[in-house]
Amino acid sequence: MNTTEPTRLTPKQYKSDIKPVWCKGCGDFSVIAAITRGLSQLQLPRENVAFVSGIGCSSRIPAYSAVYGFHGVHGRALPIATGLKLARPELTVLVAGGDGDGFSIGGNHFMHSCRRNVDLTYVVMDNSVYGMTKGQASPTTASDWTGSKLTPEGPGMPPFRPLEIALSAGANFISRATANDPNGMAEQIVEAIRHPGFSLVHVLCPCVTYRPEQQELFKARAHADWQSTTERAEAMHRLADDDGYTTGILYQGDRPAFMPPPEPRATLEQIETEFRI
Amino acid sequence: MDSTSISIALSGSGGTGVMTAGSLLLDVAARAGYYGLMTRTLGPQIRGGEAAALMRLGVAEVTGPDDTYHVLLALDWGNIERFAAEIPLNAESIVISDPAHGPVPEVIASTGARLVEIPLGALAATVANGRPNMVALGVLTALLGLNLEHTTAVVAAELADRDDETLAASLGAVQAGFSAADPCVCPVTLAPPARAAGTPRWALSGNEATGAGALRGGVRFVAAYPITPATDILEYLAVHLPRLGGALVQAEDELASINMILGSSFGGTPSLTATSGPGLALMTESIGLGIAAEVPVVICNVMRGGPSTGIPTKSEQSDLNIAIHGVHGDAPHVVTAPTSISDCVFTTQWSVHLAECLQVPVITLSDQAMGQARTVIDAPAIVPLNGQRKLATTTVEHYERYEVTADGISPMALPGTPGLEYTADGLEHSPRGTPSTQAAHHQEQLDKRQRKLLQFDYGPFWADIAGDGDIAILTWGSVTGAAMEAAERLRKGGVAVKVIAMRLLSPALPDRLADALVGVDRVLVVEQSHSQQFLHYLRGHFALPARTRTHARPGPVSIRPAEIMAAVDDLFQEA
Repeated sequence: MNTTEPTRLTPKQYKSDIKPVWCKGCGDFSVIAAITRGLSQLQLPRENVAFVSGIGCSSRIPAYSAVYGFHGVHGRALPIATGLKLARPELTVLVAGGDGDGFSIGGNHFMHSCRRNVDLTYVVMDNSVYGMTKGQASPTTASDWTGSKLTPEGPGMPPFRPLEIALSAGANFISRATANDPNGMAEQIVEAIRHPGFSLVHVLCPCVTYRPEQQELFKARAHADWQSTTERAEAMHRLADDDGYTTGILYQGDRPAFMPPPEPRATLEQIETEFRI
Repeated sequence: MDSTSISIALSGSGGTGVMTAGSLLLDVAARAGYYGLMTRTLGPQIRGGEAAALMRLGVAEVTGPDDTYHVLLALDWGNIERFAAEIPLNAESIVISDPAHGPVPEVIASTGARLVEIPLGALAATVANGRPNMVALGVLTALLGLNLEHTTAVVAAELADRDDETLAASLGAVQAGFSAADPCVCPVTLAPPARAAGTPRWALSGNEATGAGALRGGVRFVAAYPITPATDILEYLAVHLPRLGGALVQAEDELASINMILGSSFGGTPSLTATSGPGLALMTESIGLGIAAEVPVVICNVMRGGPSTGIPTKSEQSDLNIAIHGVHGDAPHVVTAPTSISDCVFTTQWSVHLAECLQVPVITLSDQAMGQARTVIDAPAIVPLNGQRKLATTTVEHYERYEVTADGISPMALPGTPGLEYTADGLEHSPRGTPSTQAAHHQEQLDKRQRKLLQFDYGPFWADIAGDGDIAILTWGSVTGAAMEAAERLRKGGVAVKVIAMRLLSPALPDRLADALVGVDRVLVVEQSHSQQFLHYLRGHFALPARTRTHARPGPVSIRPAEIMAAVDDLFQEA
């Protein structure tokens, strides 16, 4: 009889041996640290976790983790994850992306994933800039940010408010973390994975190259004032007053998750008989 | 002389029930042992536009339209000028119309067809809640020498879930029409049905046949966005996939659809989406992802007139270019096309088989003329083609998902398999799947992805080939029926013609076509596209005889056997 205790998987064992392409000091390093810490805390077998992403700096995360992964095209991570989870409900499916991938090119999928409520955990690394294409405005960029040559007068539009949109669209788990606090982020990720249905973890994640001011800004302004509520109206009220830097789990609803497929109850032969005349 | 087929057009304004009456007539003929095909022609309106049920009943399977219609029964003349071109008539034809709707429009009268007036509306009014379309069904039952009891039974079955008054109204209207049909004399008499005893027959649409083929192929996950004329595939699968333990998701758009099935297939479930031209255009980027990441999926594109929104309700074969060439980069994938409604079952199953064996997206090109036509066919034989993926199952230290193999197919690990965790990637990658910009990695992965398609044995399924001769008709898709009929008629007239209908459009297999063209010195390429897309594709990849001509024109008017015969005749006359 084998009496040895199964070895616990450490956070490091959820990391691959591929060296990230990220800039030194990028907030994404702390996000992968938080995710691997969360997976270790839950002791999920690596083979039963799948990590899906689109395009962008943050979307490189699947390759840097040692679970199954799918690095797709720009903006389509959520549909890939939806198909995977519905085909393989026993897997834990994580989705990673940035503010451009999730809220601009993939904005429609974001809204409908909140509505559909498939059991996915979506971690969005928001730095309000397109880093991989060298510094253009993103949907969450302030309307007067003139740092991009593409919008020299600023984007001229109010920034997209992802948590309000997620709540309006029906998301049942909404939280915000900062890259400066990987422990707090790991706790949110653990709770998000445990939550049945679609969960959104919004991470304020500085871009050290194109928005270097964010490092100090996020540190100075972040305040952990949210305690989870199950009241949708309360969550909406908090968001109306939000300065964009409040962290914690905002809302946990109880809408049932989208159901996986049922067991077969007919054969192909029975189905084809219905064509007969 | 008895005819082996008869063609009837039943026209009226949208909402008058011509499709219902046509579909019921097909069922009545089927009960009598006949086969048949009913194509729909519609305008874009939901109600109140033009509509016609274009029927051809036959003693054997019907796979395409005849040259002319023997009978046009018009419930009214609403907007007839919009679709008269799709209903060719001649002096042998008869036109049945209701005098209450006014004189026969010039576009019809000018064909020289004989006119018979039957007061369909007045006859309907003799029955409480009677409707003219049911009177028309009664008229056609009598005209075609079909059995009134069969019609009664078919109507009763159709209205099984309705109240007794509704049934009585319909049956009364059918009887009124049946009794009033005397003034009509049918131009031809349908010969007795020729079917073999004991052969089970199916009644279904082409889109249902595609759905059946998907289920036979093992598809258990579908995500799609509704679009005419593909939606019926989804409606069929939405009902039947859950019965088999599968699922259909109505996605938010086509971009989501294709990516959802890439995700489900990455998880190991054979997956499919169905769409039409504009939807295929939206999906092309992610079809490239499936090619690069080597994820098997099937995209069934039911073609309609294009470009842009084009003619959504009518048929064309003009998505060949986008299906073969639409994806950016060097992107080898498979393109197939069914050659008939019956073949939609086989070709869809085979497409799933190819996708799974080759770990590649397969686009299959059906069209509106097949997809939205309803037919009676012999039940398609069960074919043992259920492609299994080459899987990686044994833990190795450095699993190479994109291993460079001799046959180009790399063993695929499914999530849940311990020790083989990897990341599928649309970025160019090393054999392990690690993103790479190295020239050598790009070259070897491009070579591998092309090699797996070219080294695969597609068996005899690459084309349907009939007849022999030094003239060949080269065609594809729903036009095959008319081409086969043209060749058959030519053979009866002493002209030997071979027909090659290609089911595997891409990858190009020039050697296969070269073998099929041995002894052929003249070729006629037949297709329903304006820019001769098929001809240009063939010229780019295959060696065709110097004397190769084309018969190509756009939709929506069907290509008919007589015009193909005339084109062959021209080729025959050439020095």
